[in-house]
Amino acid sequence: MQWVDTIIQGILLGGLYALYATGLSLMFGIMKLVNLAHGDLIVLAAFVIVVLASLLPPGSGVVLALLLSLPIMFGVGYGLQVGFLNRTLDRDILPPLIVTFGFSIIIQNGLLEVFSADSRRLPLTGWESASLSVASGISIGTVPLVCFASAVVVIAGLNFLIYRTAIGRAFRATSDDPETAQLMGIDHRRLFAIAAGIAMMVCAVAALYLGLRANFDPTIGPARLLYAFEAVIVGGLGSLWGTLIGGMIIGVAQTVGAQINPEWQILTGHLAFLVILVVRPRGLFPKSEG
Amino acid sequence: MTAASPRFRMTTRTRVSSWATIGAAILTAGLAALPAVASRGLIQDLFFIFTMLCLAQYWNLLAGYAGLVSVGQQAFVGLGAYTLFAATILAGIEPLTAALLSGVVAAAMAVPTAFVVFRLRGAYFAIGTWVAAEVYRLVLAQVKELGGGTGTSLTMSVVSSTAGLDWVSMAFGVRTPAARDIVVYWAALALLVITLAGIYWLLRSRFGLALSSLRDSELTASSIGVDAFRLKVFVYILTAAGGGAAGALIFLQSARISPDSAFAVLDWTAYVIFIVVIGGIGTIEGPIVGAVVFYFLQTYLAAFGTWYLMLLGALGIVIMLIAPKGIWGSIADRFDLHLFPTRRRLVVTSTRRTGDDRQRARQSGPPSGQMRR
Repeated sequence: MQWVDTIIQGILLGGLYALYATGLSLMFGIMKLVNLAHGDLIVLAAFVIVVLASLLPPGSGVVLALLLSLPIMFGVGYGLQVGFLNRTLDRDILPPLIVTFGFSIIIQNGLLEVFSADSRRLPLTGWESASLSVASGISIGTVPLVCFASAVVVIAGLNFLIYRTAIGRAFRATSDDPETAQLMGIDHRRLFAIAAGIAMMVCAVAALYLGLRANFDPTIGPARLLYAFEAVIVGGLGSLWGTLIGGMIIGVAQTVGAQINPEWQILTGHLAFLVILVVRPRGLFPKSEG
Repeated sequence: MTAASPRFRMTTRTRVSSWATIGAAILTAGLAALPAVASRGLIQDLFFIFTMLCLAQYWNLLAGYAGLVSVGQQAFVGLGAYTLFAATILAGIEPLTAALLSGVVAAAMAVPTAFVVFRLRGAYFAIGTWVAAEVYRLVLAQVKELGGGTGTSLTMSVVSSTAGLDWVSMAFGVRTPAARDIVVYWAALALLVITLAGIYWLLRSRFGLALSSLRDSELTASSIGVDAFRLKVFVYILTAAGGGAAGALIFLQSARISPDSAFAVLDWTAYVIFIVVIGGIGTIEGPIVGAVVFYFLQTYLAAFGTWYLMLLGALGIVIMLIAPKGIWGSIADRFDLHLFPTRRRLVVTSTRRTGDDRQRARQSGPPSGQMRR
């Protein structure tokens, strides 16, 4: 029973990792940009939610704070893309990596300067602390469950956006062949900025559950980047549902490792990723070329 | 028969570079003799510059020439450092010998690491190397014999077993801690000279030509017979060996290790990338300029903590967006100045009129168009 519980917790944790990964996957899929500041942007979003929650009247809940943070994070992504990342869109991989690595350091230390290194948590207002008892020895927390459901909803929503709407068609066209897409009248720079904005909104959703599930502080961004990256690679590039499966695999590997020895949690997650990388270099559900 | 058909010779040397080589030799001799007169603080500062410059040269070789942008070089610094601690504390090996062993072990560990991370391309390779470094950090945090997650220190008996300590303290009339600084300073200087001379020689050789062609176009290089994969793996292992040896010296000097400090992405990768980018990627001179700039920033601004780091990040971003060739690249472009040129040039060597060889060489000397660097 204990192991069943461990695996269920791992699958639910995978929902969180899929949320981390979706923004990263989106930005790579559309503009071939790997954002090394991704984890730090998630942490930034968590702090935005903390600040908004503290400004709202008590009891109005963190979900309202999340909703208010969405346009802010969209603006952050849009501005980042227009102001900096659009200037690095070359065939050379170095400029985007260096620029986003620079932002990673700036965001991390900026947050340390403003909020100190104290670890924080989002305020719980009731439903967040509840849990369901499924069977004897197995109880599922509301937050992990809602988090997983959110991941499914976000991915389904993004798939709808990408495959069923006009802007999604423009995304896919630009991803396939930027030059031809421009000939068809697509302003790829604006499109990239919108994509970055959407990716940051997904980061805000991820940040809500990051802050509800555990403590966080300004330095934990890079580790979130690594989990997100692992979920993307394990799932296979270009497939958002694959990313969800990838997140679940990393999540289960971590909870199983933690069950054996609490100090092994992160390590077993990384090892599972490396094993899959060796066995299936293109991930489990590859769609596009790496 | 007639002098109408001139003969050509290929060279990378220029008059400036010959003087630069002589200057470098004199500078090296001066630096080697420096402990006789310099303060302990200066020796420690130079040690810091030397080791960071070594790491910067390796990263430059990886990213600037082999196209392997790694953010996980701390893996090999940490592995080298831990090899030194394991070899000295657990096996009783003399520390300088252990530092050599560190290079060997780091290179050996680079083989399985490459086996895994080379499955990832481009930017994903970068994050993959970071995951590998995290794995090594987490594994070594489990090794209780080396202090686990909190780390350990070199004991006095280990430290004082360093070769040459007695001789140095007698010759310079200094106490053991200062003598230890001098010995590791020499070791770092030796590593730096080997690194710079080795990379310079390497880039001027056939191997360097293959590497440059790879940098300019991997597809074209492969089509004319350059084995891109083998070349990249070779560079990866080579830089791992150098990083391991540098890591061993850095932590021999500090005599204290922990998984977090040995595998610190900020210290052994972010700073190193900053040095290369600000100095100028893809040149040997660039990281040298960058290391000196970084030293002064670190000395005068490090006390500002988070603001200092934000400044470094912003500087890196600005350089990358505005002058991606860095300080040295901008100088080299403007004045056509190359202290350690690796670009091949054709020089006319006439069989008849030997008198104005030099003038002709100068005329045909400047960039020969298609051949870059």
